[in-house]
Amino acid sequence: MADRVYLSILGSRFRSQLSYRTSFLLDFVAQMLGQAGELIVILVLFGRATELGGFAVHEVLIMYGIAGVGFGLADLFVGQLDELPRLIRTGQLDVLLLRPLSTLAQVVTGDIQLRRVGRIAAALGVLVYVLSTSDIAWSAPKLLLAITAPLVGAVLFGSIWVVACSICFWIVDGRELANAVTYGSNMFSSYPITVYPPWLRRVLAFVIPGAFIAYYPALALLDRPDPLGAPAFLGWCSPLIALVAAGVAGLVWRFAVRHYQGTGS
Amino acid sequence: MSALIVADRLRRSFHVSHRAGFLRRRRTEVVAVDAVSFTVDRGEAVGYVGPNGAGKSTTIKMLTGILTPSSGGATVCGLDPAKQRRALASRIGVVFGQRSQLWWDLPLAESFELLRSIYRVPRERYRERLAECVELLELTPFLATPVRQLSLGQRMRGEVTAALLHDPELLVLDEPTIGLDLESKERLRTFLADLNRRGTTLLLTTHDLDDIERLCGRLMVIDHGRVLADGPLSELRAEVVTERTLVVDLTEPRPPLTGLPGVREVRTELDGLRQHLVFGRSDTTAAALISALVGRVAVHDVSVAEPGIEELIRRLYAR
Repeated sequence: MADRVYLSILGSRFRSQLSYRTSFLLDFVAQMLGQAGELIVILVLFGRATELGGFAVHEVLIMYGIAGVGFGLADLFVGQLDELPRLIRTGQLDVLLLRPLSTLAQVVTGDIQLRRVGRIAAALGVLVYVLSTSDIAWSAPKLLLAITAPLVGAVLFGSIWVVACSICFWIVDGRELANAVTYGSNMFSSYPITVYPPWLRRVLAFVIPGAFIAYYPALALLDRPDPLGAPAFLGWCSPLIALVAAGVAGLVWRFAVRHYQGTGS
Repeated sequence: MSALIVADRLRRSFHVSHRAGFLRRRRTEVVAVDAVSFTVDRGEAVGYVGPNGAGKSTTIKMLTGILTPSSGGATVCGLDPAKQRRALASRIGVVFGQRSQLWWDLPLAESFELLRSIYRVPRERYRERLAECVELLELTPFLATPVRQLSLGQRMRGEVTAALLHDPELLVLDEPTIGLDLESKERLRTFLADLNRRGTTLLLTTHDLDDIERLCGRLMVIDHGRVLADGPLSELRAEVVTERTLVVDLTEPRPPLTGLPGVREVRTELDGLRQHLVFGRSDTTAAALISALVGRVAVHDVSVAEPGIEELIRRLYAR
């Protein structure tokens, strides 16, 4: 089974990283602090204002939490794509191309960083806390939405990541550009899109589907109509959008690898 | 014998852009491999040599599916590398002298274990294959050492093992002995020669002509993207190098032994104790020369010196 191959690759990565326990722990805490830093920014903002773009602190924190867990998961599973320029420059990508496995899966599993779980832990803590203390009319579908939203968010972030990093096949030093899109989309989706100018909202909703990561699902959880007038069912559409995004990302990646094979390095 | 590699007018060009004034760039086409055709039969050992930038690596990349040809095509193990790269990957092994296929932070043994599952090698066959490589390449002392701590020689032995675990029909080696010390080179060559004898086809690019001398029955010389010469080493020698040298050690010093039939030049060493007789390959034979010699002087020892492979390639280029 192909899956077993990836599991054994992942297993070897974990064993190797856990063998340096202190350094792993420090990295883990650093990742947690990184995520917590964004939380502090939000709290400071709310020290000055009672609402942000029409949303109260707990509402914004739900978006922050969903986006944070989703981004953390994506970072854990596809964050290694940041290494792509190095793989291309050193020719290490050629080695991956010479194996009977998917190139994307190899890049992704080849250097997975377990310490990134720290980020997920911090965001998940906030999300669980805010959800349990907020006034939400819970129902079975909503519970399902609360559980799946971060996972769907991870697929969306992951797809954005793959597409953004594919640029490195054309511009070897495209990493900064790719990071602007990946880390940028995380920052954007942690806030209600109402705080952004209209053009950026449209980009977030339809081009880079950032609004579907946290904003629309959070509205659905809170039973809030969109101040911008988007229909309420959008909050339940994220899985569909994620599916499309993943498909597009797969195609873009294939196209990019073809391009690489067409030009060499 | 059946063909394992068929290259049919393989061509690959790259676009390179140059700065041509402020913000203007001009694209020029550079041809790395220009309509190269050849066939390698199953069981052959072929040396693919040429200076830097001659197109060796580009050819290898096209044969392994990393790079798609601009035009022309190739068949390797009955597959089209450009279209069936992943299927081909299970049938060939590739060793790059300059890049590793091992996991730098894992012990060598664990890297092998991972490759076993990547190539889905049945456990029983894997065990046999590994045991064989461990014995012949003497890997035991460092099997448990993380790859990053291995010396270059040890790592290369690991790389070759890694490329062979799935029992490939064809082993492609790109500069396998680069940077190795003499002992490691020799050990690797012995192993590869043995591997080839047992049926694995070898295609290697190298700068080290001793590799060819020891390993390859056939030599392909490429430059500027074209194959300059292709044939058995001995035939290429006969074709390009028309002179051989008989080295004669005498029992006592003598003046230069001139006047022998077919000899074009005589050089002496050690006051005439050792003499080099350069003769035309078509004018006489070593045997005729030796029998003519023993009638004139007391001979202690004779040997025939073939021109080195560097000389051979230099002459090919000059042709």
